[in-house]
Amino acid sequence: MSEATCVRRIEARPSIVFDALTTAEGMACWWCPDDGPVISAASDPKVGGRFRVRFRKLDGSEHECSGEFLEIEEPRRVVMSFQWTSGGVPEERDRVSRVELHLRLIDTGTELTVIHGGLYDDASADNHGSGWGAALDRLARWLAASSRLHPV
Amino acid sequence: MVNDTSQSLNRLFSALGDPTRRSIVARLARDSALSVSELAAPFEIKLPAVMKHLDILEDVGLIRRAKHGRTVTVELSPRPLRTAVDWMQRCERVWEGRLDRLARFAEKKERRLQERNE
Repeated sequence: MSEATCVRRIEARPSIVFDALTTAEGMACWWCPDDGPVISAASDPKVGGRFRVRFRKLDGSEHECSGEFLEIEEPRRVVMSFQWTSGGVPEERDRVSRVELHLRLIDTGTELTVIHGGLYDDASADNHGSGWGAALDRLARWLAASSRLHPV
Repeated sequence: MVNDTSQSLNRLFSALGDPTRRSIVARLARDSALSVSELAAPFEIKLPAVMKHLDILEDVGLIRRAKHGRTVTVELSPRPLRTAVDWMQRCERVWEGRLDRLARFAEKKERRLQERNE
């Protein structure tokens, strides 16, 4: 419920995937949410280092995203926080997202797992990652059942 | 990208950040409608504290309270959960697109590296 997870197998060694995830050159290729162009990208991939990616979406709107590398364990794990900003100023107060990237060596290259944490503010940040687990799985099932009873 | 949805999601996730409230929500997901005293029974905290948790859950629209005679029953309300599920699905779609581009980029680098080494 609180997080979105994606897993992808990539035919490249973990060190290459790690660089693609954390360097400005790599981020410029993939960060934009659609196929629109990235206008600028800067990244300082070390713990406490920051990154900023500015891009134009296909609908013409320009957005900027900036964040911080919270944990780096090359080439296995990266944790970063980010916010949408405009000229370095947050667009939304208290809204910070957190992304965990796990890289695992496999025969064909790398298995990458992305865990995008729910939006949270400072007050609930401590609770984040403490696992919403079983309770929320049950909720999801309940939701599936209730949408059959009350179709939207 | 400022919108009401992200505000309400923020409040929803924040409300669910507390283990007692998560436990209340999980029990309601299992047993549908429960009275306040049935809900409070497994907790060591006092009834007023449980009521405070219910207030927070009601504020974000996760639960509804209804009075039947002298009994107040509590049940889950699906809308905020649906918003959260929608957010997750949108988020996963965005990441699928990002991972397509990331994979293309990294796989090209890998092929170049292998060609150089041949």
